[in-house]
Amino acid sequence: MSTLATATGSGGASGTARDDEATPRRGRRRHGIEERRNLTGWVFLLPAALLIGAMSFYPMAQAFILSLKTGRGTRLNFADPLWYNYQRLLQDDIFKLTVQNTFVYLIIQVPIMLVIALILANLLNDRNLRFKGLWRTAIFLPCAVGLVSYSLVFRTIFATDGLVNDMLMGLHFIDSPINWLGQTGTARIVIILGLLWRWTGYNMVFYLAAMQNLDYSTLEAAKIDGAGPFKTFWYVTVPQLRPMILLTAILSTNGTIQLFDESWNLTQGGPAYTTMSMSHYLFELSFQKNPNFGYGAALSYVILIMVAILAAIQMKVGDKRD
Amino acid sequence: MTKKLRRVPGYLFLAICALLSVGPLYFMVVSATNTSQDVLGSRMLPGANLVANFTALVGQQDVASAMWFSTIQAVGTTVLALLVCSIAGYGFEVFHSRGKDRLMNVLLLAMMIPFAATMIPLFQLFAQFGMINSSFAVILPAIATPFLVMLFRQSSRSFPHEIVEAARIDGLSELNIFARIYVPTMRSTYAAAAVITFMAAWNNFLWPKVIIVNNTYQTMPMLISNLRAGYVTDYGVLMLAVLLASLPTMVIFLILQRSFAEGMTGAIK
Repeated sequence: MSTLATATGSGGASGTARDDEATPRRGRRRHGIEERRNLTGWVFLLPAALLIGAMSFYPMAQAFILSLKTGRGTRLNFADPLWYNYQRLLQDDIFKLTVQNTFVYLIIQVPIMLVIALILANLLNDRNLRFKGLWRTAIFLPCAVGLVSYSLVFRTIFATDGLVNDMLMGLHFIDSPINWLGQTGTARIVIILGLLWRWTGYNMVFYLAAMQNLDYSTLEAAKIDGAGPFKTFWYVTVPQLRPMILLTAILSTNGTIQLFDESWNLTQGGPAYTTMSMSHYLFELSFQKNPNFGYGAALSYVILIMVAILAAIQMKVGDKRD
Repeated sequence: MTKKLRRVPGYLFLAICALLSVGPLYFMVVSATNTSQDVLGSRMLPGANLVANFTALVGQQDVASAMWFSTIQAVGTTVLALLVCSIAGYGFEVFHSRGKDRLMNVLLLAMMIPFAATMIPLFQLFAQFGMINSSFAVILPAIATPFLVMLFRQSSRSFPHEIVEAARIDGLSELNIFARIYVPTMRSTYAAAAVITFMAAWNNFLWPKVIIVNNTYQTMPMLISNLRAGYVTDYGVLMLAVLLASLPTMVIFLILQRSFAEGMTGAIK
């Protein structure tokens, strides 16, 4: 930061500003001022650009080089063949399982969440709705707690002798407690329920923001033309929200592929790796027991490529329907 | 009458969603005051065990130090991120040029890089400089985010350029124009950016977990995560710890909900 202060605070910019006023007709001078200002602009961008370069792009490139290496600890050598780590991933059953888990979450959770968020936003956008602020705050509230916090709360209420089983038994839906976190299917359901709980309100807020920019008269016109609430929603509101739906789909996909906190804290990846996320496995490979940075880096690159491909697909699909 | 009846399903749906959203948090709060047995007995009323839970928690874990590291880390990230990203967003908009647009497009690409793909080299980088277990290492990667730069850039569009011209004529330096005119005018954008940055930094888990290997320097999310790893979990104590870890962000949310929503969506308008 000190370089920034000296570079722009040296009075150069202010001096030229005064020159600008005093000698407006001197073309060469004016050119100099423009150039100087342009330079000041670059100096303003510099800290952020350098940091993003050093903390995102540089490590990303490093990770690729690392993914071509094998060895333990700091003694790393290029693998033979170079793509050895990637080859090994294809034969790694735990890795395949974590990919499968992640896609189960993605395919089930994201569409359900976005649909519920859209419905909620549509209900809240109604001008005649009562207690609007109350509903909005309540449904948005889960975003106030951290991922680790809510994972531990869910872990507690889904314990075998926890709240959910007590309620279900009290209502006579089940006779004996379900071991939610001990079985593959139910443990995955708990993770999906957790994600729905934490992120539906978040996406709803995006839709509400988009709906505020939406022309309310189009909704009124639809009503006058005799469209019911469902038709208005489907044919008038949703098409206008398409860019926002695309954005939330990309954000949610991106987030789900990188899932870590829930896998680590809610189910600990179990039973037998069947709820473990890719990032969780990456952490285990890279920082636990016998760290293998090269292999971990290869896995991290698979995550990177998946994020890129899925975003590209969504953009293509989102554009086409126009 | 039928018109009113038609609204019933909508209200019902909202009520169910609101109840499900608040329920687990209510349970967390009351459980912090109950014994482990009462928590598992699904007691939904406040109990008298708050002090006992607190004593047990403080006896087991250094909560004060975790709170301290969380605060340092979250406040440090917020202050530096606001400074670096707002000056960049201002630079992009006020000193607009084609080259800068191109740079912005490149920086935006960084938004799509999953953290997982940079985590290992970042760890190696900080290890090289002997910065493992340091708050600085926790903060540095979170300072400059394309998202925040974008938020400030988008908000700067509403900032009147004539003011900048007028200030230049008055002889104010470019940095002074930024600090004395831009910053005070954009107060609400700063508030929004501060809320989302603080909340994200406070709750950040994976990176601190990677770079802080000594539990003496752990943050609150790490502390509560380690609590669940014990052999016997005391659920009352656990819920109290979770409540303490969530309290700062919950308070901020309840006071500054509007800023939070604005911060989330402001970059994409």
